[in-house]
Amino acid sequence: MTGKTLYDKLWESHVVREESDGTCLLYIDRHLMHEVTSPQAFEGLRLAGRKAWRATSIVANPDHNTPTNAWNEGIKDPISRLQVETLDANIKDFGALVYFPFKHANQGIIHVIGPENGTTLPGMTVVCGDSHTSTHGAFGALAQGIGTSEVEHVLATQVLVAKRSKRMLIKVEGKVGAGVTAKDIALAIIGRIGTAGGTGYAIEFGGSAIRDLSMEGRMTLCNMAIEGGARAGLVAPDERTFAYLKGRTHAPNGAQWNKAVAYWQTLTSDADAEFDCVIELDAAKVEPQVTWGTSPEQVLPIGAKVPNPANEKDVVKRGSIERALQYMGLKADTPIDQIKVDKVFIGSCTNSRIEDLRAAAGVTKGRQKATSVKQVLIVPGSGQVKRQAEAEGLDQVFIAAGFEWREPGCSMCLAMNADRLEPGERCASTSNRNFEGRQGAGGRTHLVSPQMAAAAAIAGHFVDIRSF
Amino acid sequence: MKPFTYLDGLVCPLDRANVDTDAIIPKQFLKSIKRSGFGPYLFDEWRYQDTGEPGMDCTHRPLKKDFVLNQTRYRGAQVLLARDNFGCGSSREHAPWAIEDYGFRVVIAPSFADIFFSNCYKNGILPIVASSEIVDQMFRECADKKGYQLRVDLETQTVRNPAGEWFTFDITPHRKHCLLNGLDEIGLTLQHAGDIKAFEKKHKAAQPWLFA
Repeated sequence: MTGKTLYDKLWESHVVREESDGTCLLYIDRHLMHEVTSPQAFEGLRLAGRKAWRATSIVANPDHNTPTNAWNEGIKDPISRLQVETLDANIKDFGALVYFPFKHANQGIIHVIGPENGTTLPGMTVVCGDSHTSTHGAFGALAQGIGTSEVEHVLATQVLVAKRSKRMLIKVEGKVGAGVTAKDIALAIIGRIGTAGGTGYAIEFGGSAIRDLSMEGRMTLCNMAIEGGARAGLVAPDERTFAYLKGRTHAPNGAQWNKAVAYWQTLTSDADAEFDCVIELDAAKVEPQVTWGTSPEQVLPIGAKVPNPANEKDVVKRGSIERALQYMGLKADTPIDQIKVDKVFIGSCTNSRIEDLRAAAGVTKGRQKATSVKQVLIVPGSGQVKRQAEAEGLDQVFIAAGFEWREPGCSMCLAMNADRLEPGERCASTSNRNFEGRQGAGGRTHLVSPQMAAAAAIAGHFVDIRSF
Repeated sequence: MKPFTYLDGLVCPLDRANVDTDAIIPKQFLKSIKRSGFGPYLFDEWRYQDTGEPGMDCTHRPLKKDFVLNQTRYRGAQVLLARDNFGCGSSREHAPWAIEDYGFRVVIAPSFADIFFSNCYKNGILPIVASSEIVDQMFRECADKKGYQLRVDLETQTVRNPAGEWFTFDITPHRKHCLLNGLDEIGLTLQHAGDIKAFEKKHKAAQPWLFA
């Protein structure tokens, strides 16, 4: 008998029942929630007269609509305010293990606060009405984004109706070069497999380069699994995972801790486990990445030139390139390091953790924002990240460079609050999606690492961080 | 949920790969706390010249005339014909809500993003995966013939073109059953509440820290 993959172990340990066609009821341990995808789910429960099955599985906070400055003025947009207040009311009525309302000292992006409070643990199933739930796979948890109907379903039943995914292993061996980050590995992978490459799969990331990543780096990588089409990304838990979790508010302690760790150590793919697909990457060959188009797969190393559609034979792909170049206001064959930026955004559930801010501050220290750059937003992922950064003086580095140090939230990753691009503006962004209009109608997004974003803010255009 | 049995529907072709849910329904409309009323804002940035805001009356907004939804020949379409990786990106269920509210009941594409695909079934929309060759053929036929319709029959899992050619599509028995009968999935699951409780008890005994 062949061994089991990590994914199979996680899946099988949560199956409540299985139908003959493979449809399962999968038990859910942790239900993360934010204000955007939950109101209709709670409304559905109310209309049907149902209760939450296990309210203590819920960890919630508003993040998409919350402003990142002038908190004393509250939420000015009445529609946004109503949505945030609706979450307050729903949690009050139905309950939760953890709830950080707007302006709470620990409020932040749901995918940042889950792990930092020890509410994301190895071996768990985690869902959230948010595609970037894949982030939590960094802990060896089976974590996936769901729709609002499924949010209601999990609220009412504590299970998800689902079928087992195929298993993909992405193995990254070797050492990355200086200035190359988890974000660059993630973008390089998406460039290779495409945004639909992981559709139908759960991706496990393995290999020495992955084991070398910090927990923050692993979260960045798993966060982007969905941009490669996979609902879930996974990294097997190890000593680094346990060290990160130990002592966190909701992590087990005492004898429970030892028992938990003993179990968590079994959460690896067996040596003889079979995957449906294996992809290998040489870490040493990964270069700093910059997206040039309107899909995360439209990405190239910093030293490359914007593609020329004339070189693409496939008609649909050629159309996509032409359309992307037109939207992005780019000419074919432009060297990427000549592309000038108007704004820079460092933040989002991809890159707003303390390590990201340290990396950006390291590049920024003693330097100044280019005068041609209109705005640089630094948005920490949570209240805890913000306080840590301030304790280390990172905020002062950013402020001295002419950057804006903001309150935590999703901010300009998707521009549901006031932080956004104006039509035609070009942004170096550490977020996860460069779709048309993502950061504001008509806005142009280039996805990069925090180091590359900070360097672009200083130079006014993209630069190779390795020679900056 | 509205049941889905069969449909004779006008086809609207959207000839772009990787259509993401941000394009299907832009973020500003996600501020709503309701499930309905998203249809007028479906593909808002591609459909209108101005920037839409929630609650805006769309009847007099300036249209981007080239966009397929704005072409009179596709008015009243119920079948959306699309390209690879349709519905990628954000998990927002507002995307299928907008598609359904606009009047589409079927989306046909060579491939779909996972979350969007499962969200469709929860809202009475049938997403159909067809081969690239068949999709190419349908795009050609749709361009050639005004009023191009398809008959989509869930019971027999078939799609038939006006010439009588047909292909079959896959769907899990569970999803088919729910869609044909317009069933509330929560009600079905709660029939197994005893199993869930039993599992929960065993799970808690093995990993008590998950319930702390």
